[in-house]
Amino acid sequence: MNESRMMKNFAAAAFLAASFAVPVLAHADALVKADGSSTVFPITEAVAEEFQATKRGAVKVTVGISGTGGGFKKFCRGEVDVANASRPIMAKEMEACRQAGIQYVELPVAYDALTVVVNPKNTWLKSLTVADLKKMWEPEAQRVVTKWNQVRPEWPDAPLNLFGPGVDSGTFDYFTEAVVGKAKASRGDFTASEDDNVLVQGVSTDKNALGYFGFAYYAENAKKLKVAPIDGGKGPVIPSEKTVIDGTYQPLARPIFIYVSAKSLDRPEVKDFVNFYLQNAAALSKEVGYIPLPAKAYTLAAEHLKSRKMGTVFGGEPSVGLKIEELLAREAKQ
Amino acid sequence: MQDKEIQTLRSMIARRKRWDVIFAVVGLFSMLGGVVTLAALIAGMAMDGAPRISWDFFTSFPSRHADQAGILSAWVGTTLVMLVTAFTAVPLGVAAGIYLEEYAPKNWMTDLIEINVTNLAGVPSIVYGLLALGLFVYKLDLGQSIVAAGLTLAILILPVVIVSTREAIRAIPGTIREGAFALGATKWQTVAHHVLPYSTAGILTGVIIGMSRAIGETAPIITIGALTYIAFLPESPIKSEFPFISFEWLSSAFTVMPIQMFNWVSRPQEEFHVNAAAAGLVLIFMTLIMNAMAIFIRYHFRKRIKW
Repeated sequence: MNESRMMKNFAAAAFLAASFAVPVLAHADALVKADGSSTVFPITEAVAEEFQATKRGAVKVTVGISGTGGGFKKFCRGEVDVANASRPIMAKEMEACRQAGIQYVELPVAYDALTVVVNPKNTWLKSLTVADLKKMWEPEAQRVVTKWNQVRPEWPDAPLNLFGPGVDSGTFDYFTEAVVGKAKASRGDFTASEDDNVLVQGVSTDKNALGYFGFAYYAENAKKLKVAPIDGGKGPVIPSEKTVIDGTYQPLARPIFIYVSAKSLDRPEVKDFVNFYLQNAAALSKEVGYIPLPAKAYTLAAEHLKSRKMGTVFGGEPSVGLKIEELLAREAKQ
Repeated sequence: MQDKEIQTLRSMIARRKRWDVIFAVVGLFSMLGGVVTLAALIAGMAMDGAPRISWDFFTSFPSRHADQAGILSAWVGTTLVMLVTAFTAVPLGVAAGIYLEEYAPKNWMTDLIEINVTNLAGVPSIVYGLLALGLFVYKLDLGQSIVAAGLTLAILILPVVIVSTREAIRAIPGTIREGAFALGATKWQTVAHHVLPYSTAGILTGVIIGMSRAIGETAPIITIGALTYIAFLPESPIKSEFPFISFEWLSSAFTVMPIQMFNWVSRPQEEFHVNAAAAGLVLIFMTLIMNAMAIFIRYHFRKRIKW
């Protein structure tokens, strides 16, 4: 009977499904796994693409996005070889890695300049000091500072509409640290989105808006937005490759990192990949919209990799406004 | 007197007819609201994305160059994950539905199970992702693999399949079963020869709804650790030497269409947004193809039923 034959097929399929659902051993292929921040993702993706092309498929590279924190979690469990991080490793994560016996090398790979933008129709804003930004964004400003003239009296009596990244992003952590002085300390009554394109859209259609996000999003939408020069104490500075590299665009320029597990570095494919990363990070990071580190920083980082300088130079503390050479010269902690 | 009564009657009828028309108009507008919005969204996406769709788009891996980037790893990943989901959820769900409807005694236990199954259909997908992360990825050590993702989506759509199976079975007249029993058929023969074939159409409707939900899911897949950039394909399931079939692809790392789309949407460059629209269009077509297959099978079964 036709139906019963179908039933047999059905049963066979079910059995098949059940039998192949048993754990299958992953086979040993030359595979490099990276995971972490969505900010660092485009650079690692570009490096992975080029690296696989030069290796002609002998080495496979995968890149995931689970956020800087999520990436470190996997990294400290030994699940991935490389952690993409838009901020330095934090004390809690250092502890997790230490307990799991994971040692690591910290390598800065590029700069991301947080860019504060307003609508092109905004005629009054000529520059912003860090104090201005603090007045707008600190937790005490919530429901209190709602008009532009409350920040500076010469600005108009117009509503101040704020746009910023979601509270889970490393960008938010860094901005609050740099502006308010404490990571994650921010007012809550602003339009938040994990998708920076939504912020671009918001600021470009609202005359009274002010927002911040990574430089790449400003560079792609420069016609729709007006950049706010930041006065960090030495006069207003516009973010650009030049001002970020020479250290005048402060305190909103931040280095972004990859962390490489020492155990993984014993595998030639991981070592090759990371070396390739440092050699090509300057060109590739620029190509995907980031600002490269000064050439000397990459040489220093490569030396650290060679001598296996373990640990972080930040000691688990967030920090802002440091020059990359100073960072690399610092003593590392584990 | 009579004239007056007729007039009241007429005005009553007219009032009710008026309500009839009002409801028809409201209904029409409600439907248009939904359909026009959907059509506009699809048309907008098609206009953005259609020019980008080419053979290369299907055969290239993701890339930092928007014009060279493709969806090869994504569509292969989605197809394989859906295969695992279908092969797990359909047999399990149908079997559970048959058991609950035909075999299980009707008592408070089955009532409790019934309520729970119905409720599970409404649980947010991220919860299934977290469950799967603990169970499949770590406990069963399946890793961040295609099989883990497929099983996750399978348990996600299981309630839908179970509920629709039960509905379909319930719609079969009791006389059919009685007829089979009268001829000496066992319970299993009754189910296998009559109940199941006759309810296949209804079951497949549930499967379509479930699979269409699963193909667009991102949250649980990300939770269990799907990748975003992957430029190689899983092992081929067909081998040149014995036993010719390999299940190694099940343990492979993967990405799926919605993740690739989301990644492109959140890029700063406009060209990537075009890629995302094109990928969205492909995803819609994949869903349509999947549904078309189910509808074809359903039609096939319906044709054979002669009561």
